[in-house]
Amino acid sequence: MIQLAIDLAFVLEKAILIGGIISVSLLVAMYSTWAERKVAGFMQDRLGPNRAGPFGLFQPLADGLKLFMKEEIIPNASNKFLFILGPGLAMMTAMMTSAVIPWGKQIEIFGRTVDLQIADINIGILYIFAVLSMGVYGIMIGGWASNNKFSLLAALRGASQMISYELAMGLSIIALLMLTGSLSLKTIVELQSASGGWWNIVYQPLGFLIFIVCAFAECNRTPFDLPEAENELNFGYHQEYSSMKLGFYLFAEYINMFMSSVLMATLYFGGYDIPFVNDASLIESMGMNMVAVLQGLSLFLKAAFFIFVFMWVRWTIPRFRYDQLMHLGWKVMIPLALINMLITAIVVLIKENGWPF
Amino acid sequence: MQMLTNRSKAVDRHPMTVWEKMYLPAIAKGMSITLSHFFKKKPTINYPEETRPFSPVFRGLHILNRDEEGRENCTACGLCAVACPAEAITMEAAERKEGEEHLYREEKYAAKYEINMLRCIFCGLCEEACPKDAIYLSETFAPSNYKREGFIYGKNDLLIPDPKKEPELYQKAVGERARKK
Ligand code: SF4
Ligand code: SF4
Repeated sequence: MIQLAIDLAFVLEKAILIGGIISVSLLVAMYSTWAERKVAGFMQDRLGPNRAGPFGLFQPLADGLKLFMKEEIIPNASNKFLFILGPGLAMMTAMMTSAVIPWGKQIEIFGRTVDLQIADINIGILYIFAVLSMGVYGIMIGGWASNNKFSLLAALRGASQMISYELAMGLSIIALLMLTGSLSLKTIVELQSASGGWWNIVYQPLGFLIFIVCAFAECNRTPFDLPEAENELNFGYHQEYSSMKLGFYLFAEYINMFMSSVLMATLYFGGYDIPFVNDASLIESMGMNMVAVLQGLSLFLKAAFFIFVFMWVRWTIPRFRYDQLMHLGWKVMIPLALINMLITAIVVLIKENGWPF
Repeated sequence: MQMLTNRSKAVDRHPMTVWEKMYLPAIAKGMSITLSHFFKKKPTINYPEETRPFSPVFRGLHILNRDEEGRENCTACGLCAVACPAEAITMEAAERKEGEEHLYREEKYAAKYEINMLRCIFCGLCEEACPKDAIYLSETFAPSNYKREGFIYGKNDLLIPDPKKEPELYQKAVGERARKK
């Protein structure tokens, strides 16, 4: 009986956590669209949206309402099932990444200690890669089901781009994994936030650089936004989409952006670790819950900074040409990642076994 | 080849150096430029709240003038319509009746006076042609409208508020330029 009660509480706890994290991600994605336009405006000496509500803060709501009101068009020649599946898949894979990210250490509610992580699986990074590579299906299926040559072309571009950059991304992560010796995101964060531990960016600057470039490519953001290159492919893989199905695709991009920002913060910038403070002693002085809130905030701020970098780059750098993109991916990124891996491996070996000569 | 001016520059086609090939310094430079723009003062004028200052000789929407007693100046002579190069003005004349002296200054007045703001080129020739000081170009421009018909301004759109009944609105409509006269 007691066993059952605990399980129920556990299920409830996870359900609340999932609901909370999903709504936070959706909210962040919503306001990223607003922030994107504000940043774009400010960088181009404009003001950005400022009519809907104070500072244009209701703009995302207005946009959402507009998308819902638009006519829903499904092309006759399309594969209807896949056409509807595409955006759903894009959205789902974008949301799924959040499951293994530790959003804070622990909180105490009603005498229970709750981990602020939906699932602490020991192969967290592999899971993220699996989900990320499924994200390409959203694009592929959407582009193919539209039965439009431009969409198909864009989908092909998207797929090949994602696959090529996933390689370099994986290689840059391997170097990180050699350092930490764990695939669990929680362990990686704990290693960084332990007293005396440095953030991984200190050990892996090159790895981080490769990772961030690949993250841009994975999220289809400028300078690698070839799948939706407006001037060559009309609108890219979501050309035939309208109404909220289009909204889902656009939204998934922003969620992806948020997730990769969180991932970058987690892997290289200490995750929920509060900088310059010893978290363990802070817990003693302030209590667990308060620290968890601060930690969540710290992770959030780091992620917000990366989201800003995403936008900053978008409004600075023009789009790559397709051959340049492939050139960069295969002939620059992958060798660099390999070299980074090699150096890391040598250093790790020397550290463990001493100088052999 | 002889240069026509000394401003032309040869296209630089030297192969990229290693520094240039690294991209990152150039990207950093570009990003610093965009960031500096991020904090610059924006030249935007938030239109309905703020308005751009117009020059004193700005030619905007027309107003039909009244005299000090609030009577309409226009005598429907049609000179403005003749002067108008865009043929934007149409009017219908009517004779002043007994007991309407407080409404119209002259014995003949415009019963209907319309300006099509979509045709008008705001040249101000109507203002120059008018012998009765009856039409002026003011300091505002035509607000947007959903329909073409909305741009045909009739007498009630054009007439200046009565200086006796609504002196404040009258002063506002007269604007800076006319006040000097
Ligand atoms: S401003 Fe010029 S175009 Fe406009 S009504 Fe007067 S004369 Fe015609
Ligand atoms: S506005 Fe002036 S020119 Fe035009 S009809 Fe009236 S009095 Fe004549």
